[in-house]
Amino acid sequence: MTTRVFVPRDSSALALGADAIADAIVQEAARRGIALDLVRNGSRGLLWLEPLVEVDTPQGRVGYGNVEASDVASLFDAGFPTGGVHARSVGLVEEIPYLKRQQRLTFARLGITDPLSIDDYLAHGGLEGLKAALGMSAEAACATVLDSGLRGRGGAAFPAGIKWRTVREAQAAQKYIVCNADEGDSGTFSDRLAMEGDPFCLIEGMIIAGVATGATRGYLYVRSEYPHSIAALEAAIGKARAAGWLGERVLGTEHAFELEVAKGAGSYVCGEETALLESLEGKRGIVRAKPPVPALEGLFGQPTVVNNVITLATVPIIFARGAAFYRDFGMGRSYGTLPFQLAGNIKRGGLVELAFGVTLRELVETFGGGTASGRPVRAVQVGGPLGTYLPESQWDIPLDYEAYAAVGAVVGHGGLVVHDDTSNLAELAQYAMHFCAVESCGKCTPCRIGSTRGVEVIARIRNGDTSQKQVQLLRDLCDTMVSGSLCAMGGMTPYPVLSALDHFPEDFGLRPVQPKAAAA
Amino acid sequence: MEHASVPAPDELVRRHFSPAASLIAVLHAIQDEAGFVPPEVVAPLARAFNLSRAEVHGVITYYHHFRTHPPAPVTIALCRAEACRSMGTEALAQHIEARTGCRFDAAHGDGNGTAHDAQVELESVYCLGQCALSPSMTINGTLHVKVTPIKFDARIDQAHADAARISNTKESA
Repeated sequence: MTTRVFVPRDSSALALGADAIADAIVQEAARRGIALDLVRNGSRGLLWLEPLVEVDTPQGRVGYGNVEASDVASLFDAGFPTGGVHARSVGLVEEIPYLKRQQRLTFARLGITDPLSIDDYLAHGGLEGLKAALGMSAEAACATVLDSGLRGRGGAAFPAGIKWRTVREAQAAQKYIVCNADEGDSGTFSDRLAMEGDPFCLIEGMIIAGVATGATRGYLYVRSEYPHSIAALEAAIGKARAAGWLGERVLGTEHAFELEVAKGAGSYVCGEETALLESLEGKRGIVRAKPPVPALEGLFGQPTVVNNVITLATVPIIFARGAAFYRDFGMGRSYGTLPFQLAGNIKRGGLVELAFGVTLRELVETFGGGTASGRPVRAVQVGGPLGTYLPESQWDIPLDYEAYAAVGAVVGHGGLVVHDDTSNLAELAQYAMHFCAVESCGKCTPCRIGSTRGVEVIARIRNGDTSQKQVQLLRDLCDTMVSGSLCAMGGMTPYPVLSALDHFPEDFGLRPVQPKAAAA
Repeated sequence: MEHASVPAPDELVRRHFSPAASLIAVLHAIQDEAGFVPPEVVAPLARAFNLSRAEVHGVITYYHHFRTHPPAPVTIALCRAEACRSMGTEALAQHIEARTGCRFDAAHGDGNGTAHDAQVELESVYCLGQCALSPSMTINGTLHVKVTPIKFDARIDQAHADAARISNTKESA
């Protein structure tokens, strides 16, 4: 049997020269007369090892990390087609503790398969969920999602089953499934890995959502900053359609489902579901006031399920293995797993899918190996640009939606951005306000004006006016933004700002004592 | 000037408008072909979609992705968001400005799609989804991660060489 060699096609690997490595391997094999079967797999999510080249051996897949094209000749000299030892060796990939200790459910196939091979997908459990869903009533399918405890993974953590049931029960000639793939939070890349690394899984999840709610059209709203994701999804949709998964008769049943990709245009606030719907309709991405909720009046005024990529990509395994299987993972009211993303100043950055309940310390220290700079970790921002900065005193809180909410923090989309002891939290707080000013849709005043005033107040404090008056002004402003904004953009920008002020006052030039806690 | 090689506005709209497509999808198609959205397409687009010119203009200017002037031969988009900040993107931004003699986001705010003759254009972006491999940037759309000043210098030299080659090919064609 021809040896199979894997070189990822994920954009992270491509940015590090994966195409040149793949070319070099093919040429070197031809030159040496060695028969190889080159597979372009997805990334394993062990991003610090990219480009991670793997080779199939009788013992399992052997890996070579951080490979450069110039390593290829020496890899052959070391006998890499049979798993030979080389300076780049990382051993059996499945045995790498970072991967071995994960609980990969949503990302069960990540990096193992060729993302655009239907045969590979089916050989690794693909379509089992959809087949199970097609054998159920719509009511039972919605109940399955509800029973699994799956909550929206985009950040809001709303129970997906309730959304689905609301859409199913709504009466309308046309209903829609919209996948929110506008992953704009810094520190998050799990949506991207899902789209590039296992696009069929996301497609399967959307078809199941259609079957369960009676929606016959789906849209994947993908941000324009993700051209590789868009290309992977479009190719996968074409193959899924050719294979009869999409169209008038899904897998030969009476269910119809059509799916298309819509490209965003560089607006962070379009990750908010109502702004996203406006954008899908071709308009400016301005947030809508709720109610009505999108489940009743969504896209073009019709009942619409809007779910994040990870939510929808988790649906197939829930149907394949049953609601109880999924529900058994996690803690408290946070059921299942979350793909955490280790980002920023971290030694081993990548995707770590684990059940809820793991601590930040374990993720950052045990998995992440501390900072990339080798300096002490000072703060970790959890949950994207609208998440709080957590000081060391909070690193042992279990990552669970409710436990985090209790300290005024958010789990969000599971992104962790690590900052070392050279960071300036006042500068980061000012940046948070600046980002809000750049990206505010402008509909509500607290966000539109408050963000600009916030930049100014923080700048004044940083420039030496550390009077109580200025600090109180900043806190009042944050309070207005939290209470008066229409959506999370203005409503949560104060989270990073106030956490920086509360836990790192010395960076603002204030006395390094715990000031009075802010209204969270 | 630079507009010379761009198809006429009416032609662009005729080619890419379809009643089933959203305005944003049509704008993407126009920008993909022309390299930017010429302000002259606003009126024919408004007619095609039965919208006011203000509405079309509003959509074009709302979204950061749409540009109303031709891109410079070398266009750099550097991520300025938190993960990249934690890995020194601000210092890298200073290096890039010093090296290219250009300012970040200088093209923003000129509003009227005025052409400019700079060889390099610097844009701030907020997240390219490569947060475990910060800092990241694109140069003429090609992604680069774990960028250092030294790595940037090598890439920018390459980008200028590529741009000059493309420009020469166009002139001889």
